[in-house]
Amino acid sequence: MDESLDEIDRTIINKLQYGFPICDYPFQIAAESLDITESELLERITTMRDNGILTRFGPLFNVENMGGTFSLCAMKVPAAEFDSVADQVNALPQVAHNYQRDHALNMWFVLATETLEEKHNTLMKIEQQTGCRVYDMPKEREYFVGLYLKV
Amino acid sequence: MKHMNTADLDHQIVLATQAGLPLDPQPYHRIAEQLGVEASLIQERMQKMQNDGRIRRIAVVPNHYRLGYVANGMSVWNVADEHVDDLGEKLGALEYVSHCYRRPRYLPEWPYNLFAMVHGSNRNEVMEKVSRIALLLKDADQGHEVLFSTKILKKTGMRFKSSS
Repeated sequence: MDESLDEIDRTIINKLQYGFPICDYPFQIAAESLDITESELLERITTMRDNGILTRFGPLFNVENMGGTFSLCAMKVPAAEFDSVADQVNALPQVAHNYQRDHALNMWFVLATETLEEKHNTLMKIEQQTGCRVYDMPKEREYFVGLYLKV
Repeated sequence: MKHMNTADLDHQIVLATQAGLPLDPQPYHRIAEQLGVEASLIQERMQKMQNDGRIRRIAVVPNHYRLGYVANGMSVWNVADEHVDDLGEKLGALEYVSHCYRRPRYLPEWPYNLFAMVHGSNRNEVMEKVSRIALLLKDADQGHEVLFSTKILKKTGMRFKSSS
């Protein structure tokens, strides 16, 4: 747990993970519900964003609902080639996240594209560049999405 | 940008906000100035996008590693196709499961069709939560694994391009 967070920071994180108002003075409205001033809320969010406690602050888009595609992909990458393959995959702007995992399928990345065609082209490019088969695992159904961390 | 249709405007709003909302007392006014439209229109369009699901919500996204949730276990389960939706709803409702999806199998090497992401402060805590899921599934669990992330190779979030 990060020691630099005080009680107010924790409350901000816990409450503002769930939503933020759309109105003329949203920080003022949000600050009232947190029992702090608008300027204090702005200052604290800015600090937490700048020091990396917050990854971001803003709208979270649902790519599929915007007509795009979003897919989890896995590859079996030989250990000796792992770093160079990671560089090739990471260089593509369509790759949003990429994790190494402890499994025969050792590279797991999320591909976000604006069209299905772009997705197919990107998958083909990755397979050609890396020589590894891509196991494309798009979600067929979503049961729950919400990473609400209590801090 | 006086003659933008709503689709163009919505796309411009996505581009203007994907890196984050301006940290200003009137963030929607700042976006409006940038795009050369009225602030009320920006608010109306963003509310519309939130109502129809293009925007899930406007929110802070904490860095879970910095907050002590350093273990991140992707639990994957092989369950019968006829039960996967019922079981998916059950797992998704658990407080310690953050994301839960049905995904395609790649037989014979990848038999898992149900994914549930479990976060915790260490691997033991994640494994203990996975055991609880196994108890809940009983005979419906035809095999499972937990894949821990050993390294973040990239984490930028998605980026929409300005070309379209």
